[in-house]
Amino acid sequence: MPYQIIVCGGLAPDPLQTLEPVTTPAGPGLKNELMLPAVFDPWAGHALYEAANLAKNVPGSVIKVVSIAPKAKLQQVMMTVAQKLPFELVPLDGPGGGFTDSASVATALADAIAAIPGLDKSQMLLFGGWESATRGAGVVMQMVGEKLGITEQFLAVDELKVDESGALIIKERVEGGRHQVSKCAAPPAVLAWATGNLPEPSNHPQTGMANMRAMMPALQKAKAAALTSTLSYASVALPAVTRQTKIVKDVPAAQIAQELADWIKQ
Amino acid sequence: MEPILVLLHTTDEGALPKAALETLAVAQTLGTYHLAVLGANAAAAAQSVSAGALSVRAIEGDAVAVSRYATDAVAAQALATASGATVILAPCTLRFQRALPGVAARLNGACDTHVVAVDPDLSIHRWYYRQRMEATQSRTARPWFVLIEPGAADPCAAQPGAAAEVLPCAVETRTEVIGYQSPNADQQTIRPDAQLLFVAGAGWTKKQKDGQTHTDEAGSLILNFVQHNKTSLGSSKSLVDLSGEGQAVLPFLTHLHQVGQTGSTPRHRKGLSTCCHGEEPHVVGWRFINERRAINLDAACGWARGKADVLYVADAFEVMRELAKLL
Ligand SMILES: Cc1cc2nc3c(=O)[nH]c(=O)nc-3n(C[C@H](O)[C@H](O)[C@H](O)COP(=O)(O)OP(=O)(O)OC[C@H]3O[C@@H](n4cnc5c(N)ncnc54)[C@H](O)[C@@H]3O)c2cc1C
Repeated sequence: MPYQIIVCGGLAPDPLQTLEPVTTPAGPGLKNELMLPAVFDPWAGHALYEAANLAKNVPGSVIKVVSIAPKAKLQQVMMTVAQKLPFELVPLDGPGGGFTDSASVATALADAIAAIPGLDKSQMLLFGGWESATRGAGVVMQMVGEKLGITEQFLAVDELKVDESGALIIKERVEGGRHQVSKCAAPPAVLAWATGNLPEPSNHPQTGMANMRAMMPALQKAKAAALTSTLSYASVALPAVTRQTKIVKDVPAAQIAQELADWIKQ
Repeated sequence: MEPILVLLHTTDEGALPKAALETLAVAQTLGTYHLAVLGANAAAAAQSVSAGALSVRAIEGDAVAVSRYATDAVAAQALATASGATVILAPCTLRFQRALPGVAARLNGACDTHVVAVDPDLSIHRWYYRQRMEATQSRTARPWFVLIEPGAADPCAAQPGAAAEVLPCAVETRTEVIGYQSPNADQQTIRPDAQLLFVAGAGWTKKQKDGQTHTDEAGSLILNFVQHNKTSLGSSKSLVDLSGEGQAVLPFLTHLHQVGQTGSTPRHRKGLSTCCHGEEPHVVGWRFINERRAINLDAACGWARGKADVLYVADAFEVMRELAKLL
């Protein structure tokens, strides 16, 4: 049976950018937030690559990406992401930063998913990243799942296989560099991905063009996500820890090793 | 003061993990609290730390013997509701990070994770943008699940007290936990309790002075050091990505080892970075590594920019060969 794979993913500032918090009328934000180049959230990206791989192996499966972000930014980022695999975009226009309230984001995502026409929930796999690179909460996917009534959920997933009976065999990270292996008899299920094992798919300009044809009108019609918040921030600050780096040069390896050995034994 | 519940889980072996005692220590700074434990052997585990708790409850048995969303969520919901608490403190283990956000949604509340401190007025401190900035915040939504980051507080001493009231738990689920996959003991390289984190970067696989790569020697130098000194092993993204692409690099490295922006943020007292450039996305994963040293051929490497305590400008192959003789 083909799957209906929904991938939830937001945007994150390009990790190589310097970030500085500022106070805005709407609460904390990032300095020059709208100017910062953005990427598709890296863990959601892994979820998307896994979705593409699954859809390729189970013909008839479809992928829909649900994203809350400032519309203009989403359009920019999608120019790249759309080249990698075929999917349909369900955009919501809203703030994309980390300081939005996870519970409210989850409600908006769940409402958008529930409103997708013709969605067969019995064949639905709800994918997303296990955390975002912005808020880093790791709570949104579980909340979306709950709001949609899906109680088979997996967090920090690195592998999904489908066995001959159609059951999902799932590897989730647990502490200490181990994986827990579970068998879920059938969809629907929530899978919040860690990195998985797939490399980033390469770009196909044709796929990009085909995707963008449907995405542009969807983006134009994107509804505003009504986010609320029960959070209040007393402060947001950069950690003030710059180290006085001692640079040791032109010293024989044996001497460095001795210094390191002493340090390790301390 | 709001009613607080300390919600804990046991390990599969029926003991409380260290993170449980750390969360309990945080709660003890806030005043009185209720206590609840779920998991294998939960009632006995609850009693072993129940001194001073206003009430003590537990859910144990087959349903919650292993970590699974459907069963843990029902058990946690029952325990939270029975306690009457509006604020629930729990350790931010993967088991609870999986289950408790959904419980918060079920109860129309909220959940915050990776909390590193809680003030007496119930303001919490947590990190944003992958350890790049820290916020102090509070919430009006209740019930509020606050998940305390392992390692953020010193564990308290276990003080036994009253016996736990054991609640029933029945739930249907389509998920069966089959077991664990872990490297066997002598291949294990992720050791959260180690003093030292040894991090390998892509430099180990680059062409060296003689114009050749020496990945076999790199692999044995690294593994010997890590196994012999029982350190934990981390990696930069560049290096794990190379292994993921099927290149013959360092086969023992997986994405689980990746430290940084899109990897983990381990806690260790000391960290030694080798052949690794110290770029921002990598270094954010070092936020909770107290003492940091790096070995890099390049004196202008990112570690030199106030990120490491000592940068040794040297050939890591040579240094690690010498270090092997000393340790
Ligand atoms: C979206 C995004 C997310 C990212 N997330 C992460 C993340 O989570 N974790 C992460 O690590 N990175 C991450 N990065 C990548 C990060 O920016 C760096 O590119 C990466 O960490 C650099 O890895 P490296 O030091 O292993 O490799 P390189 O940059 O290739 O550096 C290799 C180093 O080895 C040194 N070297 C070579 N030979 C020797 C020798 N014999 N002795 C000593 N030194 C030697 C060289 O001088 C060089 O500095 C991310 C990047 C992006 C864009």
